[in-house]
This record gives sequence, C-alpha cells and structure tokens, in this order.
Amino acid sequence: MTLKSWKELPIGCVVSEPGSASEYHTGSWRSQRPIWHDAKCIKCGICYVFCPEGCVQQGEDGFFKANMDYCKGCGICAHECWPCAIKMVEEG
Amino acid sequence: MGKRVGLEVTVAVAEAVALCRIDMAGVYPITPQSHIAEHLSTLVADGKLDAEFMTVESEHSAMSAVIGASGAGARSYTATSSQGLMLMHELLPIASAMRLPITMAIANRAVSGPLNILNDHSDIMPQRDAGWIVVFAENGQEAIDLSIQAFKIAEHKDVMLPVSVNIDGFQLTHMVEPVEMPTQEDVDQFLPPFVPHATLHPARPVTMGAFAMSDYFTEIMKAKDEAVKNSKKVILAVWDEWAKMFDRSYKPVETYKADDADFLILTMGSMGETAQLAIDELRVKGVKAGLVKLRLWRPFPFAEIKAAIKNAKKLIVTDRAVSFGGPGGPVFSEIKSALYAETRRPAIYNYIYGLGGRDVTVHDFVGMFEKIIADTGNVAADTYEFWGVRE
Repeated sequence: MTLKSWKELPIGCVVSEPGSASEYHTGSWRSQRPIWHDAKCIKCGICYVFCPEGCVQQGEDGFFKANMDYCKGCGICAHECWPCAIKMVEEG
Repeated sequence: MGKRVGLEVTVAVAEAVALCRIDMAGVYPITPQSHIAEHLSTLVADGKLDAEFMTVESEHSAMSAVIGASGAGARSYTATSSQGLMLMHELLPIASAMRLPITMAIANRAVSGPLNILNDHSDIMPQRDAGWIVVFAENGQEAIDLSIQAFKIAEHKDVMLPVSVNIDGFQLTHMVEPVEMPTQEDVDQFLPPFVPHATLHPARPVTMGAFAMSDYFTEIMKAKDEAVKNSKKVILAVWDEWAKMFDRSYKPVETYKADDADFLILTMGSMGETAQLAIDELRVKGVKAGLVKLRLWRPFPFAEIKAAIKNAKKLIVTDRAVSFGGPGGPVFSEIKSALYAETRRPAIYNYIYGLGGRDVTVHDFVGMFEKIIADTGNVAADTYEFWGVRE
C-alpha cells in the first residue's frame, strides 16, 4: 500500500470504501506465530471460536490454520487449545 | 434590516441560532449557559423551530450527539460552560479531526475548584489545542452576530471545522441589552443550506472517525493544522460579507485609539468595553493610551497582532486564566511568542484579573496604565501579576 501525503488525505479522513480495512494487514504487528500440531488436534474448533481476529480457518481436511495477513500473534488460540496442539513460536 | 429589541443575551443567542434553521441541538443545561438550552427547547416545543432538541444526560453526551448528528448531515448546535466544557474536552479534538462543522456557544465561567459559577476564561483556555476555531464576543450584539457567522464559517467547503463562540458568563449572558436581531430573510440570504463533506447513510456506507496508527497520524495532524490556519481566509471573507450586509464589521484584532498610542492594553471578550472607557479617561489626561481587542483566538492572527502593537512602547496583556507554574497567562504567553522574532517590540506586562467573576472597573484599567508608566526602567516587564490580589 502506497502511503499518502498529508495533502492527499480526504477531508476528515473519511473512508469511502466499505470493507477497505481488509487492506490493512494487522499480521505485521505479530511477534509470535501459532503453529498447529495436527497430530494432537482433535478438530474441536475452539481456536476458531476464540480467535478475536476471526482469522482462524478450517481446511478441507478438518484441521485449522491462521491467516497470517491478520493473525496478530496474540496466542489466545494456543492458550485455549486444551489438547495443547498449538504452540506459539517467535517470529524471525 | 433587523429589528431593535431588548433581550437577555442568552435568549438573543438562541433566537439567532433558530434563525440559522438548525436541524438539531444537543445541549445539557449549566449555569450560565442554561437559558440558551431552555429557550431553544421552548422554540422547538412551540413549533417555532423545526429541529430536534435532544435532551442528553451530560455534556459528554451532548458533544457526542452533535458529532453524530453533524456526521449524518444535520446542522448541529450545542452550548456549554465551565465544567460542562471540561467534560466535553475528550470529544473536541475528535469533532475537529472529523471536520464536522458544529458550532457551540461557551458561556465562559471559572473552572472548579473551588466551585464558582462566575465569569473568567479558565474553561476555554485548556481547549486551546482542540483544533476548533475560537472567537470571543464583547457584547450582546456580537454574541448574536458571531453565532450566525459561525455556521457560515464552519460549513464553508474550505473550512469544515467546528467553531466556538465565547460569551462571558453573566457579564454578557445575563445582561438585557438593546440588540438588532437580523430578520429571517436576511439570515436566509446570508447563510446557505449546509452541504456536508460526507454523510452517514445506510445506502452510501462510509467510515467516519476511523483509527490511524503511526504511519498516518503525523500526516493527519499536519492536514488539520493547515485546515485551521487556512480557515482564516474564509473567516475574513465572511466578516467582510457580514459588514456589507449588516453594517457591523468584525476583525481578528480590533483597536481603539491605538494608532498613535505609546501605551496599549490587550483584552479578550467583554472587558474591552470597560477598558475603552479607561482609554477615554486617560486620553483626557493627555496619556497616549490605546486598546487592542483580540477577537480571534484560533487561528491566531499573528500578522494583525504584530501590526496593531508594533509602534507602542509598552503593552499590557490581560489574562482571565492562570497557567499555574507557567510563563504567565495564556494570552500573554501567546503574544510574547508571536513577537519573539521581532526586532522592535514593546515592553510587555501581564495582569491576570477578573478571576471567578471579580469585578474589574474603569479605575482598575487606569491603575494598570499608571503602574506600567511609573515603571520607567521596565523592571516588571516580562513578568506577570495577579491584579488586585490581597497580599
């Protein structure tokens, strides 16, 4: 996304494109990422339910993964996962 | 031309606002503003004003409500004072950042504590950096005129900023004055319908007041600063138009017998009229005294201030608020800052006065002049003093 100069900002910074927040990749805030160990996963979906970003998705195989464009690395999925199938690992 | 009537200033302001055909008012009562709220509410209840009068539970809600209404495209108005303004404080920079042309009357009153309902400027001064256009009225007529002009300035497509009209509590708000009330036809001709820069509407979704992080915050602040600075062109143009139409002129800085004055005093708000009498008295005694009245507080009129005071030997800046542990009163600090780069500037004295409604008489103003004239070595220049404080 090219950053605008102050002269290019719309009056009052009104956002006229609905849904354009999806262009803002909050995944850039992340310092840790969740890693799923599918061998331990029982496909209960608690990670999907608790993800505050709504970025955990279920694949066709029934296992879960996060959309890294939006995952902020908060670790709630790992905290809630009672079979301990999700581990948070440092980025970079 | 309008009709000359005797009205309490708050009632006159409410009548003037009604002439502006507001769509909505969100006002919470507070002394000494309450009569604006009461009279607007009466006008709506009596069917004389086709507007929504929203009874809110606090000033925080009042400002939130007018922000929402303005965002929906309504010409929105509020009024407050003192603690009410302090409670609105959080929302003031949001209104200006969203570029919503809300207008608000502030019946200036001392901020607690101790609790005090009377007049000074300690309520508006802490709002200095909210990004609003701030004007001060000197009498009832100006309170009416500025209240009408405020909508035209705020809603101009090159401005789109909120405006506060400061009206000294009691000293102005509760006076019954002879005023010329413009006619509906005149106001309709002067003030075009409000055309918002964007509106909240389910069929045309937009986001107002979105969040912004460090990658954009600086640019947004710069754009807002430029918007406030640029508003001055429109303010001047609107005041010119007003003068042509209503034969009453308004300037960012107004002067009285200041051109040849050696000694000047600067006031804001209702004190100007009392100071004017002191100038006449001093002139009779042969003292070359003059008066500078600062009407436009934001955007600050740097060029006009410099032009008004450049030839004086001494300048008294009066303040009606305290910057505790600071460089003097807020107006003093601003004037000094404006003159910092000037090679030639008067010795500047600062008197903080009229706090919490304390009377300031012609005699007080004459005394201020006598005091600075007696200070031949400019010993007290660049310092501040609480005028009339009991030692």
